[in-house]
Amino acid sequence: MAQKHIIGQAESRWDAIAKVKGQANYTGDFPIKNLLHGKILHATIAHGYVTSYDISEAEKVPGVLKILLPEDLPQNKYSTAGHPWNLEPKKRDIEDRTMLTRHVRVYGDDIGAVIAKTPLAAKQALSKIKVTYDTYPVYLTPKAAMALDAKRIHAERNNVIASTAVGFGDVNQGLEDADFVLHRQLHTPVQLHAHLENQVATAFQSEDQRYTCISSTQIPHICRRIVAQANGLPWSLIRVKKPFIGGGFGNKQDVTIEPLAVAMSQAMGGKPVQINLTREESLAYTRTRHAIDYDVKLGVKKDGTITALDMQVLSNQGGYASHGHAIGGKGGTFINALYKMNSLNYGAKTVYTNIATAGAMRGYGMPQVIFALECVIDDAADKIGMDPIEFRLKNHQPDGFYNELSHTKQQDFRIGDCLKQGPQAFKWQQKAQHAKAFNQHQGPTRRGVGIAAFSFGTATYPFGLETSGARLILLPDGSFKLMVGATEIGQGADTALSQMAADTLGVPFESIIRDAITDTDTDPFDTGAYASRQTYIAGYAIRDAAEKMRKMIIQRAAATFDIRGEFMDIVDGNIVSVSDGDLITTVKDMAQASYFDWQTAKTMVAESSVNIHNNSYASGCTLAEVEVDLQTGKIKLLSLMNVHDSGKIINPLLAAGQVEGGMAMSAGYGLNEGLVYDDLGRPMNNNLLDYKLPTTMDLPDLDEIFVETKDPLGPYGNKALGENPTCSPAPAIRNAVKNAVGVGIDTIPLTPESVYDALQAAKAPKGVS
Amino acid sequence: MKHEINFTLNGEAVTCAVDIRKSLLEMLRDDFELTGTKEGCGVGECGACSVIIDGRTVDSCIYLAVWADGKAITTIEGIAQADGQLAPIQAAFIEAGAVQCGFCIPGMVLASDQLLKDHAQLSRAEIRRGLSGNMCRCTGYQKIIDAVQLADAKRQADPKTVVLPHFNIER
Repeated sequence: MAQKHIIGQAESRWDAIAKVKGQANYTGDFPIKNLLHGKILHATIAHGYVTSYDISEAEKVPGVLKILLPEDLPQNKYSTAGHPWNLEPKKRDIEDRTMLTRHVRVYGDDIGAVIAKTPLAAKQALSKIKVTYDTYPVYLTPKAAMALDAKRIHAERNNVIASTAVGFGDVNQGLEDADFVLHRQLHTPVQLHAHLENQVATAFQSEDQRYTCISSTQIPHICRRIVAQANGLPWSLIRVKKPFIGGGFGNKQDVTIEPLAVAMSQAMGGKPVQINLTREESLAYTRTRHAIDYDVKLGVKKDGTITALDMQVLSNQGGYASHGHAIGGKGGTFINALYKMNSLNYGAKTVYTNIATAGAMRGYGMPQVIFALECVIDDAADKIGMDPIEFRLKNHQPDGFYNELSHTKQQDFRIGDCLKQGPQAFKWQQKAQHAKAFNQHQGPTRRGVGIAAFSFGTATYPFGLETSGARLILLPDGSFKLMVGATEIGQGADTALSQMAADTLGVPFESIIRDAITDTDTDPFDTGAYASRQTYIAGYAIRDAAEKMRKMIIQRAAATFDIRGEFMDIVDGNIVSVSDGDLITTVKDMAQASYFDWQTAKTMVAESSVNIHNNSYASGCTLAEVEVDLQTGKIKLLSLMNVHDSGKIINPLLAAGQVEGGMAMSAGYGLNEGLVYDDLGRPMNNNLLDYKLPTTMDLPDLDEIFVETKDPLGPYGNKALGENPTCSPAPAIRNAVKNAVGVGIDTIPLTPESVYDALQAAKAPKGVS
Repeated sequence: MKHEINFTLNGEAVTCAVDIRKSLLEMLRDDFELTGTKEGCGVGECGACSVIIDGRTVDSCIYLAVWADGKAITTIEGIAQADGQLAPIQAAFIEAGAVQCGFCIPGMVLASDQLLKDHAQLSRAEIRRGLSGNMCRCTGYQKIIDAVQLADAKRQADPKTVVLPHFNIER
């Protein structure tokens, strides 16, 4: 009997039925008796100090129970970043905030809170609190915040919170050796996660006198620790439960409202309190993707050799450190992972400013650096008159390259295959020729094609801790309860992880039972959903637990039937003879016996915990075809394809869906999205009408292919995929626009306005601005 | 101030004394505990709260509860068949892999179902236009549009599987 492989099958998500029926409970859907409602008082300036509050009118609002000011809550400083705790104090995230503050560092900062019987009463009270401020100068950009006379945004440290340089070789020499030096300044916007479910958390005192926090979080175990730290409580006094969550994309990898929810419940003697952010709050006052400015010099020879890359990076952190320099400082390693060059200098500064705090967002710094890199790489190909694909094929790192910047050997690194198979599947040549012919008609629009490549790590090793646990319980009917701390946030992790367990156990996919809720009290430790880590890191834990469980089941069968264990295999839930496939017994019978056999009953639980010290580098590219309206600057995306080198694809249906979502997010990044501020640091478009999230009308059909291999290290031959799709679409679109109109625009999003301006500027005679 | 209204909810005649300031979304979630309908923005931008009112897709967050008086309303809890079997559009969403985080899905499923009812046949471009009021951040819409196309193709192939008409809807 042949083993039925479940890895690689397009299994349906186990939770899809509940979701199409409206049966899936998200944090805000649980019926909780006598629920109170917490609302946050947000600062209406971007930088300053609250000198006084007048709450007298607010207190009179019927239904208002308590108004909290910063002094009413613990003053413990903490970091909201969803990183594992570090035993070395020096390596910890910067702890620069308290739950409520009088020191206003961003517009919308949390300066007070109201607890009321109804959301409406809480809202009315907020509008009646009178706040007086001392106002300070507002710094919107790193350059402004770095000025010599700039005030410190946090008294304890310089506005430049970190400054690093990585690289190799002599960049100055490399630039001298070049036939051409390209010098570019590139800018990326403040992108918003815009998950459909806003942040929501409910906290209450449980029967055991501890505090339970139900939250829409990507990182339940880390959330527990941060809630405890902020409130000055022992970690074990907090229990976090994560039900279904309506998207996160990194925003819920920061612990934003949960500490305050628990503090509010404490203030109310343990009664349940819910904080449910509005769309406007979620967009402007939580976390964002760092806006990063790049100053790039690239040296290239006529034959296509890259002699030098000097990239100076200014990362706009916003008011609080959150993930801080981990994002802006990240690029050098992955530039080196992607392209050969004689010298590299990647110098990065992360700077506090008075815009919204930037944190983790899908891609974690890579969409920014890949945008900058792939614009300049494409322009370099143009400069020497080489085809952009040929230029990348000439310069990409080979399979097996040892990346000295991350001490990682890039095994099974298939960027070359992506760059060959992608253009073929996309019909690049035909599309390019068609565009040329189209443009010859000299109509009001121009067409073009563009490409961009990327590299991406799997999980955080060697920079971060990578640990995960799994537990399998054999149930009496032969099915298995799978318990993991790895977090389902909509990406399909639970389904992929169940496939892994089923595959290793040798049982049908349907035999694995998951849970909608991740519970820090009962689920094994895992740091959570980020860094495209879960199928990789949790995959090892699941494989270990499943192998242990499989061994236990076979041992029982061996003892029962007096057949040596190595002569038996588990296939599709049956225990069969290895030599001829004959049925010996079933997992179900062994399960029954393990519960109820008078003599031998002993239930089976397999537990594992892993600490992973390896990383598998993934790669890929995007191909784009656009049409640009010369009169309006409007770009129409005609086609978009992503090509991924992500090792073995665990579930092709889910993988394709995830890639398409990432492509849409990056197309939005390139074309429409960006939170904008006025001079006073007030967000201008924190709603879904003015913040241009792509709709069905803004996207073409999205296409993807996988250059599928088996990664030698990944637990099931797999490596990162979750964030990868967001890396290269934006620069591919920019390069396609350049191909269409002959102008390379170095600031995204490429709104009609910016394209129009760029076209006008290119038309203007030299010397006239 | 409360006002008593009578309407049809998922095929059942119901009465509710509702705060006149409440939205339909709030009434559905708070008074009827139908939490399948989600709030994504509260101001009619995202479509997560879509319900069907007398055969039209409506954002329930910007529709006053009292306006429901005399209307027939279908929520996500009401589109499966009477025996609990999934409606064809629900099954198509699963088969096409259109579901990820699922928060937009109730609104998306209802909007898609109504779109199918309103058109004997649908092109991809028509599906795109028909669902343009429903936002999704996970899928890039690709597999959602696939799902509607799949449901459309299935009903063309077998007219008996035509999506069941909603309860007593008068156009």
